[in-house]
Amino acid sequence: MKTRVVLLGYLSMMTLLSVQCLANNGDSSAVRRTVADPGNAGLKLPAGFKAQAIAENLGAARHIAVTPLGDVYVKIQTSKPGKAIAVIHGNDVKTFGTYRGTGMVIKGKYLYTSSDEDVYRYALNDKFEVINPEQPEKIVTGLINRHQHEAKALTLDNDGNIYVNIGAYSNSCQVQDRAKGSKGMEGCPIRDSAAGIWQFRADKQNQTYGDGSRYATGLRNVVGLDWNTTDNQLFVMQHGRDGLFDMFPEYYNLQQGNELPAECMYALKKGDDAGWPYIYYDGQQQKKILSPEYGGDGKKTGGENAIDPVVAFPAHMAPNGLLFYTGSQFPAKYKNGAFVAFHGSWNRQKGQKGYFVAFVPFKDGKPSGKWEVFADDFAGVPDIQSPGQAKHRPCGLAQGPDGSLYVTDDVKGTVYKITYSGK
Amino acid sequence: MKRIILTGVAFSAVLSFLSAQTKKPGANPAMARGKKVYEQYCLTCHQVDGSGVPHLNPPLIKTTFVLGDKPTLVQVILKGMQSSVPIDDEYYSNNMPPHNFLKDQEIADVLTYVRNNFGNKASAVTAAEVKAIRAKN
Ligand code: HEC
Repeated sequence: MKTRVVLLGYLSMMTLLSVQCLANNGDSSAVRRTVADPGNAGLKLPAGFKAQAIAENLGAARHIAVTPLGDVYVKIQTSKPGKAIAVIHGNDVKTFGTYRGTGMVIKGKYLYTSSDEDVYRYALNDKFEVINPEQPEKIVTGLINRHQHEAKALTLDNDGNIYVNIGAYSNSCQVQDRAKGSKGMEGCPIRDSAAGIWQFRADKQNQTYGDGSRYATGLRNVVGLDWNTTDNQLFVMQHGRDGLFDMFPEYYNLQQGNELPAECMYALKKGDDAGWPYIYYDGQQQKKILSPEYGGDGKKTGGENAIDPVVAFPAHMAPNGLLFYTGSQFPAKYKNGAFVAFHGSWNRQKGQKGYFVAFVPFKDGKPSGKWEVFADDFAGVPDIQSPGQAKHRPCGLAQGPDGSLYVTDDVKGTVYKITYSGK
Repeated sequence: MKRIILTGVAFSAVLSFLSAQTKKPGANPAMARGKKVYEQYCLTCHQVDGSGVPHLNPPLIKTTFVLGDKPTLVQVILKGMQSSVPIDDEYYSNNMPPHNFLKDQEIADVLTYVRNNFGNKASAVTAAEVKAIRAKN
């Protein structure tokens, strides 16, 4: 906010106040715009694509789902009473629910959402409207939340299972989190109840750890995940570890701290281990490197039993959304490919990276080419130094019934709709 | 109401930022040393302008801790913070690691720097004060 004020410079105090009130009042100032926006809502897109802000000022808009009839559900990260979920219908924005959280998926006739501890589902009627906003079924309960990597992001397969991220409440499983000189715990106990993806039944109430199974482990934190229907497989985006330069300047220089480790996309099978906290993936050497908390020095490799990523992106960009595009509106190269929303880094020194939506082409359920930036300029400032300067940060992704791509922003709560017309 | 206060804070931060530009930097050796400590050990999390990272790491701009009593503040540096309680009404989803490996002088310098930068104005912290507070642990 400070930066926003600095940017605004010498506007009068009264103007500032009204701007602030507008920006932070949750849905009371939420607006829906239906007019085409020649400025593409501030985004930079490939030729032929257009963007429009269909809603603004929703609050911290996290994950998003669009119904077959085009209504848009957005999970808002707030504890304000009645403001947990925003529904955009026609020109109208309504809200309901009272819980913080991130997860939001529609599958069949249900809307699935998550708080930072529980998973809920709401039955939908024939118009895909929530029948009883005040009484969702609690599907999963009692998941660990230690106020670090607490988002319980969700996706579902086609066989009635729901996959829930339980992030590690730690950077690298040190005895003392992020403390210089503190060693990694042997047989990292965090992996027993977190640092992985858990599988539960989508239709059973009040499940907890004992009712589900740990589907994959060794994942530090996953916010973006999606079920790939081409080859029936779960794909996730991991948030890689921090602090290599800060805690181990004897092995890593500032530049290496900025560029390591890679932000990884993994294709998961039941029982897979991605290696956290014992190793990290070095995208430059293209190797799994032993973590310095476990005796590594930036060169020693490790993780013989850990899987390799299918895509390695630059470090620290914070992938918060993953979506396989199955629509037909966009040109053929996008079909079945992956969109990834990078929230944007905070722990690179001297210039941050991310704040865009990337695209990875896929063929037969595997990446088939280099990733590229798809939608850019969410931050709205050149050469961003600190995330507080960003006007918008992309977070959630969804596909509309007509094949449009929806992107949320959790700074101001803008919802972008991206369409292709070829013009 | 909170927003109004924050906006007021932000506004005065702009004013003091502007007036700080006219002063000669590095005139005080403790401030120059503190800046170095800050850049090495605090900057990644609390950022180059002390603004922190929204929802993750708190700002060091006019917070109750930064401007508050020295023993509490020094203990945050020595012991870190894993409280999961809101700081000035906001939640932060990260941990502050202990920095007890820093020397008394380094802690004094970095806190003096933080308390007189990013729009803050508070008294300097001395190595003797840090030593006395550390001795109580
Ligand atoms: C790994 C990231 C990290 C590093 C490095 C770090 N901090 Fe923090 N700091 C935090 C977090 C996160 C909190 C809040 C913790 C909580 O809510 O429990 C915090 C809290 C604080 C607070 C009290 C709250 C406030 O906003 O006033 C102060 C003061 C502070 N840090 C100063 C420092 C100083 C000085 C350094 C360098 C010596 C430093 N920190 C290094 C992450 C960090």
